[in-house]
Amino acid sequence: MSTLGTFLEGTIRTATPLAFAALGETVTERAGVINIGLEGAIIAGAFGGFVAAGIAGTWVGFAGAGVAGVLIALVFAVFTIRLRADQIISGTAISLLSLGLTATLYRKAYGATGAALSIPTMEAVALPWLSSTPVIGSALFVQPPITYLLYVLVPAVWWWMFRTHAGLALRATGEDSRAASAAGISVRRVQFLAIIFGGLLGGIAGGVLVIAQSGSFAEGMSSGRGFIAIAVVVLGRWHPLGVIAAALVFAAGSALQYLFQAMGWPVPYQAFLALPYVLTLLGLAGIAGKTTAPGALGKGQNLS
Amino acid sequence: MSPELALAGDALVRAIPLILTGLAVALSFRAGVFNLGAEGQLLVGAAAAAAVSIRIGPHAGRSIIVFALLAGAAAGALWGVIAAELRRRFHVLEIISTIMLNFIAIHLVSFLVRGPLQEPTHIYPQTESIPEVARLPIILPGTRLHAGAIVAVATAGVLYWILKHSAVGFRIRSVGAGPRAAKSAGMVNVGRLSWGVFLWSGAIAGLAGAVEVNGVTFALYENISPGYGYTAIAVALIAGLSPLWVVASGIFFGALETGALALQRDFAIPSSIAGIAEAVLILVTVAVASIRGRSMIFADRSNPA
Repeated sequence: MSTLGTFLEGTIRTATPLAFAALGETVTERAGVINIGLEGAIIAGAFGGFVAAGIAGTWVGFAGAGVAGVLIALVFAVFTIRLRADQIISGTAISLLSLGLTATLYRKAYGATGAALSIPTMEAVALPWLSSTPVIGSALFVQPPITYLLYVLVPAVWWWMFRTHAGLALRATGEDSRAASAAGISVRRVQFLAIIFGGLLGGIAGGVLVIAQSGSFAEGMSSGRGFIAIAVVVLGRWHPLGVIAAALVFAAGSALQYLFQAMGWPVPYQAFLALPYVLTLLGLAGIAGKTTAPGALGKGQNLS
Repeated sequence: MSPELALAGDALVRAIPLILTGLAVALSFRAGVFNLGAEGQLLVGAAAAAAVSIRIGPHAGRSIIVFALLAGAAAGALWGVIAAELRRRFHVLEIISTIMLNFIAIHLVSFLVRGPLQEPTHIYPQTESIPEVARLPIILPGTRLHAGAIVAVATAGVLYWILKHSAVGFRIRSVGAGPRAAKSAGMVNVGRLSWGVFLWSGAIAGLAGAVEVNGVTFALYENISPGYGYTAIAVALIAGLSPLWVVASGIFFGALETGALALQRDFAIPSSIAGIAEAVLILVTVAVASIRGRSMIFADRSNPA
């Protein structure tokens, strides 16, 4: 494959799990809730997906990944909505909980050595016509089917958020929970469902890492993607299309390593590994003061 | 020496970095600064202390220990200040920036132990051992308990005094209680105060890394921290963000993690179970605080800067 092809392929590869997670978190944050536990949903999804796919194949694997993500999100929802615990601390704790839980279950089930067990990964499927588009065709349209699900999901979430009543209720809740509540919206219900949806997509993001990419599980393999996804939501200005654009730009930046390596630059490989995190910081610094978060974000207003 | 004493010593040895990073987290949370970056600050502190000990240690006297610890604190402070500057200039949420800096620190250490600081034979991804002269002395014979324990307890004492009795401590507590009120009362420059908190919080976490290198590992390598900086959040919250209680809670978590390692060795129960216990304790603490109707962290999270 050409260098450019490798670069584009790498971009889509990095962007896919990130976009799933960030899209889910966009919905959650639009309801006024910041779920720092997204990292936990991703690692849970990776483990759930690994187990389920090993038993019953790739699609069941993704179902398992989604369920695992939802379970983790459920814990977050109980603590932040029912018990009104601090969102940031609860989210951080839930990430730690999920990282610890998956590591323990993995070691218990597959031995402490963590010998690299692998499952068959989801095969790429070439879309007729589209895949023969020059330059971008093979990168965009010769992908595992889960990537195509993302292509469908993005416009669907956009349409739902901006063209339906339920989407309006979501945005109203996130902008001003009190006003939304006064208008007859059940704020707690909306926030609960938004958290669950975020967990579902976070779980699927973890599933992508295992089932569509690496084919195996490793402790802590989410390696901060949940936090990067939260940054991507900010960069995409809490808009589904913006978030996807941000995920792509971010992934392209990370995939620059393939170009640099092809050009034989004498840069230590750790610099490439650190690149996603540096890019996240640069991106957030770059949009300073140019975004407005949903008005009620992270405030946990006391409402019924 | 009895194995019980050795085990108790190990628990206390493990408590030292937990107490220091716990203090770093407690200080920042008290001021309403969400420094989740103690892990990264510890790592760069460890790297700086190792570099000073190895490069200057062979030519220096006992005072090298002081310089190594100061270098660790300075590096941690620098790592904290990066997040502070990102927040001050660009309004970057420290929740994200400090986590990103943790990952950058991991890769920085990985680079150092395979590059400029690698041991002379260039086989292992670690530094050479630091010279004897740079090692913290053992304070309890028959165990590995080293003078870092004194550093940790002294830091807790100083922090307690500052928060309780000094003017800056009063400002920190009032900003933590509500940055808007503190600002409109005209008594605090909130931005400047949180900048300073990032710096000192980072310095204490960096000190933890230095104490670990000069007291326990005697070398820098990857995975030098089994997540001390994250456990620190549990340590600080269980202690109610109070410096003296952090000492007790640090010892508790040190014992918990040492016990988990023993369980893994003797009964094949994965030691990662300690991480689950820590997370559950954090959740219970915040839930209880919420039910009792008082937020542990500041009530008003809107950015006052």
